[in-house]
Amino acid sequence: MFDFTVVTNWIDALLLSFLPGWAATLVECVLVALAIITLYAVFAIILIYMERKICAFFQCRLGPNRVGKWGSIQVLADVLKMLTKEIIDMKNVDRLLHKMAPFLVIVASMLTFACLPWNKGAEVLDFNIGIFFFLAAGSIGVVGILLAGWSSNNKYALIGAMRSGAQIISYEVSIGLVMLTMIVLTGTMSFSEICQQQADLGWNIFRGHVPAVLAFIIYLIAGNAECNRGPFDMPEAESELTAGYHVEYSGMHFGFYYLAEYLNLFICAGIASTIFLGGWAPFHVPGLDGFNHVMDYIPGAVWMVGKTFFVVFLLMWIRWTFPRLRIDQLLALEWKYLMPMSLVLLVLMAICVSLGLTL
Amino acid sequence: MSNNNYFSGLFSGIKSLLVGLGVTMKEFFTRKITEQYPENRKELKMFDRFRGRLVMPHNENNEHKCIGCGLCQMACPNGSITVTTEMLDTEDGKKKRSLVKYEYDLGCCMFCELCITACPQGAIEFCTDFENAVFDRSKLVQQLNKPGSKAVEKKPVPKPAAPAAKPAAPAAQPAPKATEVAAPAEKKESNPETPTTV
Repeated sequence: MFDFTVVTNWIDALLLSFLPGWAATLVECVLVALAIITLYAVFAIILIYMERKICAFFQCRLGPNRVGKWGSIQVLADVLKMLTKEIIDMKNVDRLLHKMAPFLVIVASMLTFACLPWNKGAEVLDFNIGIFFFLAAGSIGVVGILLAGWSSNNKYALIGAMRSGAQIISYEVSIGLVMLTMIVLTGTMSFSEICQQQADLGWNIFRGHVPAVLAFIIYLIAGNAECNRGPFDMPEAESELTAGYHVEYSGMHFGFYYLAEYLNLFICAGIASTIFLGGWAPFHVPGLDGFNHVMDYIPGAVWMVGKTFFVVFLLMWIRWTFPRLRIDQLLALEWKYLMPMSLVLLVLMAICVSLGLTL
Repeated sequence: MSNNNYFSGLFSGIKSLLVGLGVTMKEFFTRKITEQYPENRKELKMFDRFRGRLVMPHNENNEHKCIGCGLCQMACPNGSITVTTEMLDTEDGKKKRSLVKYEYDLGCCMFCELCITACPQGAIEFCTDFENAVFDRSKLVQQLNKPGSKAVEKKPVPKPAAPAAKPAAPAAQPAPKATEVAAPAEKKESNPETPTTV
């Protein structure tokens, strides 16, 4: 497996050869930030195109196919439109909070985006409490959404924000418990170590068999709710709340919410593929050495992105199948079903691990 | 409220969710229904029940089935049909209504199909053409019977059946009845000469 630290070490040595230590670190930070922002934008464009196409296919349509071959540059045109739109200043809003909210959302989204392990040795934010940091950084987004609803001085935005707050905080319980279940299995919170372990021992979803598969399903449901996506799109429920918390935003400020929504979907899927499907770890069948050797030739980044897009497809499938839940149904699903189930799973996984029943 | 309800509700819920997922996954792979119109103009075929515009089918002898009864004109809520008829003398000395001009204004047609339902002869129908745009409103008024066309020749109505025609009703209504009654008696005699109609 190709180790990306070769590249990073080479760049580090190159910069240190003609720059003092602090300047080299600074340049590296800027380079990494540029890379992350570029990836962020590129994946957003891919995801929006994918969503439109997949949604269309589920509804027996063709989707965008006029701008460019198969509508491939439709999203670029949309982005251009969004960039050139005016950002309208409203009269009775809380100026500071109103302008700050989209940035909070996008910052939270980018911080969590940086947690994803792209390849062996290509993690941006990686420390021993990686999953904990991921959950903490992800919660900043809720603040952004609540602030947006509050500062807009608009009934619908406020209702949407409150719903979103209730929803995200509730579902974070499940997400946390499910992640805890997997931490019981892996014994580490660091994303790089989780991936390395899965490369050596096999994917977690196979190692943890029954509890891991159930945890994966619960994670998909709760993750979909975390991203405010249908069938859990209560906060924006366009038929009843017009657009929910971002109803008063225009131009690129709205664009940030839009971007963050899709990237949160990607991050949610990326974390699912990291802790359940092995991250950059290639698919190995024990005993089939030739097959395993061929799989090793596929770069880790391809595995990672491929798995992530597979999970994104699953999430879109869910989204375009089910009708929206009512707020009480939504909370009942979490507190009466998902949370007890994930607690049971946690115990089950602990029993499995302590009795050595994992593979 | 019992534990049974909780678990049966949970499992039946999961089952119905899976059914839903199965339906959408099947839909994902079915042929897409979208027609990409300007590109597939050559091969695009509208479904049979599409109501494009009204036409009066003519057979190869330039004959149509319209008997000029005017029921369609009366049925039309928008007045988009105008039937002009004349009375002709048949060889056995009776008067018979005959179609001169069948005018149809596409511009005020609302495609309700009431005219087709009203027609006792099945003489008019909607075709599936949909490119109906023209540059001048007057072009929307179309004459449906082709020039020089005439109604399909009926087999001569035999004497006993003739009184069945109610004098009050417009000529058309009793017509199908008459043919029905006539048909069995008629067939043996005139089969070799005339092909059966309607």
